[in-house]
Amino acid sequence: MKFVTEFRDPVAAKALIAEINSLAKDQPPRKLMEVCGGHTHAIYRHGIETLLPESVEMVHGPGCPVCVIPMGRIDDAIAIASREEVTMCCFGDMMRVPGGTSTLLEAKANGADVRVVYSPLDALTIAEAEPDREVVFLAVGFETTAPSTAITAMQARERNVTNFSIFCNHVTIVAPMKAILDSPGMNLDGFLGPGHVSTVIGTGPYEFVAREYGLPLVTAGFEPVDILQGVAMLLRQLAEGRCEVENQYKRVVRDGGNTAALNILAQVFTIRPHFEWRGLGFIAQSALGLNEEYAAWDAEKRFEFPGQRVADPKACQCGEVLKGAIRPWECKVFGSACTPETPIGTCMVSSEGACAAYFNYGRFRAKKRIPVKAT
Amino acid sequence: MSTQDDREKVLERIEQWKLRPPRLTDDVITMAHGAGGKASQSLTEAVFKAAYGGPQLDRLDDGAVLDIPSGHRIVFTTDAFVVTPRVFAGGSLGDLAVNGTVNDLAVMGATPKWLTVSAVLEEGLPMDELRSIVGDVAAAAAAAGVEIVAGDTKVVERGAADGCYLTTSGIGLLPENREFGAEQVEPGDVVLVSGTIGDHGMAVMLARGDLKLDADISSDTAPLHTAVAALLDAVPTTRWMRDPTRGGLASACNELATAANLGVSLFEESLPVNPPVNGACELLGLDPLYVANEGKFVAVVPADKADDALAALHSDPVSAGAVAVGEINDEHPGMVVAHTPFGGSRIVDMLVGAPLPRIC
Repeated sequence: MKFVTEFRDPVAAKALIAEINSLAKDQPPRKLMEVCGGHTHAIYRHGIETLLPESVEMVHGPGCPVCVIPMGRIDDAIAIASREEVTMCCFGDMMRVPGGTSTLLEAKANGADVRVVYSPLDALTIAEAEPDREVVFLAVGFETTAPSTAITAMQARERNVTNFSIFCNHVTIVAPMKAILDSPGMNLDGFLGPGHVSTVIGTGPYEFVAREYGLPLVTAGFEPVDILQGVAMLLRQLAEGRCEVENQYKRVVRDGGNTAALNILAQVFTIRPHFEWRGLGFIAQSALGLNEEYAAWDAEKRFEFPGQRVADPKACQCGEVLKGAIRPWECKVFGSACTPETPIGTCMVSSEGACAAYFNYGRFRAKKRIPVKAT
Repeated sequence: MSTQDDREKVLERIEQWKLRPPRLTDDVITMAHGAGGKASQSLTEAVFKAAYGGPQLDRLDDGAVLDIPSGHRIVFTTDAFVVTPRVFAGGSLGDLAVNGTVNDLAVMGATPKWLTVSAVLEEGLPMDELRSIVGDVAAAAAAAGVEIVAGDTKVVERGAADGCYLTTSGIGLLPENREFGAEQVEPGDVVLVSGTIGDHGMAVMLARGDLKLDADISSDTAPLHTAVAALLDAVPTTRWMRDPTRGGLASACNELATAANLGVSLFEESLPVNPPVNGACELLGLDPLYVANEGKFVAVVPADKADDALAALHSDPVSAGAVAVGEINDEHPGMVVAHTPFGGSRIVDMLVGAPLPRIC
């Protein structure tokens, strides 16, 4: 575990906090967006917001795959899962995501065969073990998880598993970033770039942020020291008047990305013309679907489903939260109607969602800092 | 030989057969074992009584008559056990069923004395597996010094239950003068935990095999009554205790914060977590604070008694790894806050839903 502990080293963290404080002192207040839900979770999990100076605000971006799934797609998944012959396999986070009227967890309680898996390959294994069932994998996630779905599709084809299909909801990271940058009232000063997505796509696709929008972006890892160093690098760029794409997470992210993974994505997926995002509306070229070669494993072609768009609940301000326009606790229903037990918006469901992370970890602001006690 | 003699012989044979203790020859549990007839009787005799029979149970009365020594009150508790798989690294369903109830009594400050064991069996359960489960119950009861005084067995059709469920109820003796509870807790008190956290939950998760992870992680299931007794002897002013089972240390501390209407501060770098458990939690995106324990307890003691308390706990092997992990304050009533090693802080809330791995 040494690999982890050195990135949680209090001495290194304290040095970075001092650097951030001194950089922030001579700058106007800054709003920095961490794009990735993993960052949001880590920021709260490690209490990083309580360490940053008041003039540096972290805005939580759209990079939680669970949070951006529109309600209509959940209804579609429930409709497919409720078919007599179907076994729906999904990641645990998806079970409680609210659709228009219900959740997969409720569908399961009402008799649908919904099973939690830890990898898409587990779903394929189930399909092979139970040839009488129509096994559907509910695929979600950014470029981080899309390669494992692609590998699964390739193996299904190779092994000719005909009772397996994929209900694909994979999305891409760059399109929603563009959408946020183009949205009115956007006032971000820089981006903490997603670490794991970048291991796949590299840092090249973010160049437009610096080139076209004149904002700095630093791709960062997920440990406290990574995040603090990423913030320090952003503030340094801003202090020096630079806007560049920098890579803090060099131990994992190569600038060119993972070419093998990119090849696999290209073989299995095609970019959808548009896709609906929870709270952000339709975004052009923002999602992946299975291509013609894999049509036989595409659940959208195999099953009928309502395909109805469900408007987000009026009270829910997930969109504003995802765009960074408001902070989680500024939402009208935060903590009252919308809680982790009874989420209205998707941001409250996954532990990576900005609202759930804030609800679980962030509500506390110590009046006085309690000193760290040695054992 | 006359026909009369023949008939006598046959009748004698029948009589002798009737007097013979019932023999259990079945390889699996059938509905007959739950029907209350000969098969039920043979199961009780050959499996349950053979494993943990005693003066009370052997009477096979409808209830046990227990003598309560004067100067004591009783603590009474019950718990159901449905763990799957039924055997995992470090323990089994049988161990849990005894230790779970024994520990509930122990952390109430009582000396565990008597247990009842009810079994719900699924038709088709292999008899050898049942013998092994019941054997574990007997061994755990002997280790915890409790007598099993009554029991019951029901059989349900195949598919109506998952193999074997056990319910144990327990009675412990509590001295008249022993008082503790959340209302005794005061700001400044110290929170102790009797050893590493998260071992049981992670051992069971790995034993399920869904995660395809291999790690040297064993359940911590163990009876805690000796460690609790050592603590109460050394520090009679111990304020509060709880065994942090499902929901882990985080939930136990939240229950304390709510009941006492005080704040609980935990110091992350003091939390004892076995490295393989920590590693598995990292991989799965779980927080060891929320992972179940079956052989640990958390105790609140006055600050000036913390060293005495730890010394007493260290004298018992089951709590040799005891450490101070936090303190009580009145700054954030009803709330548990963890302090990270570099000075950050975060809320540790009650668990919502099941602890499922994050997806990326």
